[in-house]
Amino acid sequence: MGDPLFWHRLQFGFTATYHYLFPQLTMGLALVIVILKGLGLKTGEARYSDAARFWIRIFGINFAVGVVTGIPLEFQFGTNWARFSHLTGGIIGQTLGMEGMFAFFMESSFLGLLIWGEKKLSPRGHFGAALALWFGSWLSGYFIIATNAFMQHPTGFAVAADGTLQLTSFWSFLLNPWALGQYAHNMIAAVVTGSFAVAAVGAYWTLKGIHPVQADLNLRTGTILGLIFSVLVAFPTGDLQGKLVAKYQPIALAAMEGRFESGPRAALTLIGQPNVPIRKIENPIKVPAVLSFIAYGTFSSNVQGLLAFPEELWPQNIELLYYSFHIMAGLGTLMIGLMGLAGFLLWRGRLASTRSVLWLLMLAVPFPYIATTAGWAVAEFGRQPWLVYGVLRTSQGSSPLVHSGHTAFTTLGFAGIFVVLSMLWLFLIGRELAHGPDSQAH
Amino acid sequence: MAFLWFWLVSVMFAIYIVMDGFDFGAGILHLLVAKTNAERREVLGAIGPFWDGNEVWLLAGGGSLFLAFPKVLASGFSGFYLAMWLVVWCLMLRGISIEFRSHLQDGLWRHFWDGTFAVASVLLPVLLGAALGNVLRGVPVDGSGYFNMPLWTDFRLGPQPGILDWYTVLIGVFALVTMAAHGAIFLAWKTQGPVHDRAKALAPRLWLLVLVLWVLATATTSLVNPGILSNFPKAPLAWLASLLFLGGLALVFAGLRRDQHLLAFLGSGAFILGLLAATAACVYPVMLKSTLSPAFDLTALNASVGGHGLRTGLVWWLIGFPIAIGYGAFLFRFHRGKVVAAEEGEGY
Repeated sequence: MGDPLFWHRLQFGFTATYHYLFPQLTMGLALVIVILKGLGLKTGEARYSDAARFWIRIFGINFAVGVVTGIPLEFQFGTNWARFSHLTGGIIGQTLGMEGMFAFFMESSFLGLLIWGEKKLSPRGHFGAALALWFGSWLSGYFIIATNAFMQHPTGFAVAADGTLQLTSFWSFLLNPWALGQYAHNMIAAVVTGSFAVAAVGAYWTLKGIHPVQADLNLRTGTILGLIFSVLVAFPTGDLQGKLVAKYQPIALAAMEGRFESGPRAALTLIGQPNVPIRKIENPIKVPAVLSFIAYGTFSSNVQGLLAFPEELWPQNIELLYYSFHIMAGLGTLMIGLMGLAGFLLWRGRLASTRSVLWLLMLAVPFPYIATTAGWAVAEFGRQPWLVYGVLRTSQGSSPLVHSGHTAFTTLGFAGIFVVLSMLWLFLIGRELAHGPDSQAH
Repeated sequence: MAFLWFWLVSVMFAIYIVMDGFDFGAGILHLLVAKTNAERREVLGAIGPFWDGNEVWLLAGGGSLFLAFPKVLASGFSGFYLAMWLVVWCLMLRGISIEFRSHLQDGLWRHFWDGTFAVASVLLPVLLGAALGNVLRGVPVDGSGYFNMPLWTDFRLGPQPGILDWYTVLIGVFALVTMAAHGAIFLAWKTQGPVHDRAKALAPRLWLLVLVLWVLATATTSLVNPGILSNFPKAPLAWLASLLFLGGLALVFAGLRRDQHLLAFLGSGAFILGLLAATAACVYPVMLKSTLSPAFDLTALNASVGGHGLRTGLVWWLIGFPIAIGYGAFLFRFHRGKVVAAEEGEGY
């Protein structure tokens, strides 16, 4: 069955990628729901709570799939990455334990109240449940990002005599600068996913000419939030994330850009194909000096290329890293453009009648998912060959006695379960879309 | 500090079994006590608001084990590789069954999810019980601190046993019947009408079976791992825990006789909590016993992380634990009284 490490990496990458399709919408929608419920409370207009009710139903279905696909990830630390867990458990166990204690208990306690409690609770109480879900899901996100940040740029630890990593400073670990930057970037990306979904549903109903009040409200909400957050995801948070990579993982930055030679006034490669065996980027279209500016804030800065580092420290899959980064950045730019256009038309009062842009908004839903997935691919392939950057190699972290056949078998099992979950999700979400919003006012 | 964390982890897992235990029990009995759609929605409505929070105890307990005894987590989870995934798949299918069953008003759709829910609810206690059985019997962990076990071999004991052998299956069945008995009391407490009557009729019979299996499980455990029972006189915490589970048992029968099902439910919770705590007290400090040599045992002392991590964890644990209990208390209070099956289009 080949190299066990390959299967461990494939299994974690596959299950984590699939899982994160759901929480990104959940976390984004949680904020949208809080905003809608808040507007409903403030204005007393039924259309806001009607819209919130529709999105809460979508949220509930999506949340359930997110919960059940998240369970395997917690288990994989021990099952597939036993040596990593043994060595770092004293540190990342803190954030994973806190996630359960502070975030999951809160989310699970208020989820039922949010989904089924509107009649039983006062409007304020129901708003409170929405707030709890928003806070809980975003808190959960922080603990996971802090865990990942320790792997990207470990802080607050010391290596003990037995080789284990021991916590020395809780706050330095929890408030890792990498975690703060990555959290802002990631959560804003989640709101982009949520607002694209809201805009798409509004566009769909507008194109079909049904549910006019809700179509208008969703189109407006999705476009305004989508425009604001598509910009924020690039600047300042994406920019900040780029500077973190430049500072702490210069090798990853070079690989993301397919940059082999070092030098000042580094050019940004817009498109091109990295040819790693001959250490060259082929057919590039470049913008001079922009990479220096993005990485270090001045056009004259020296940006190191891969050849400045020993090859054993290079990420193994430079091509995938390069393309993932360019897909993320390219889609991010397209999304700003689309939302900018939609926002302009909305401002001029012509969005609802411009069918071509409505079509684009409706079909753009996959873009934030693809960009987010590619972004995480950049983070995780860029971290290679390290499991904990500079401290523990990926090859030293897997379970020593688990056969590759077992991991292959369970990976296929997950593939089967995920197919079923995907069909269920599409079916149930499709029903909600077809059913549309309903008003409890009459 | 390692002693304290051994107990924190043990208590978290014991609370998990008590809490998820009642919704496992409801699932085991689902097809037996609830026949019509309205009755099944009553069962699901009784556990619906709780099951997800109950499961968080497993994740929070796992997180505590991870931070305090990562070596035990690494060794155990990778050693039980295939069994772990069976547990995870059952948890996934079960969660989806509860959440998605009532989305469609279609008989076949609902029968399918009722069946999935029941099967996953039966398998989980058996697997979790078998996991406890493995911990009590021991696993072939060697000097490297790791082991790898097949799912089963010839179902006999020995230095290289399978995850499932006659002893661990027996503990699994004991867990299954105990969860069912626990769930029967919960349903008798929270439901009315035919579901209540059936659960109430089943409960005393299930609890008699629990007694029989408890004696059998204790006797076989003393055969499989004689060290456990010989520790009992030396472990005062085990005496306390025994008082708890014996008192719980008395409450169960007293509550059932007088139709005070809340009392009986508290009793059955105390029984499970006490039994697990007594077990933990008797195995301390061993967390993963080696069938090869006592020198390879993973214990609370040789598998814990350094003091700073444990002290830091304790600070937030002391803040988080009361909050978690508070959420649970709030939920039980919010959903107090008998459950009513939800209207179509709403609820579980």
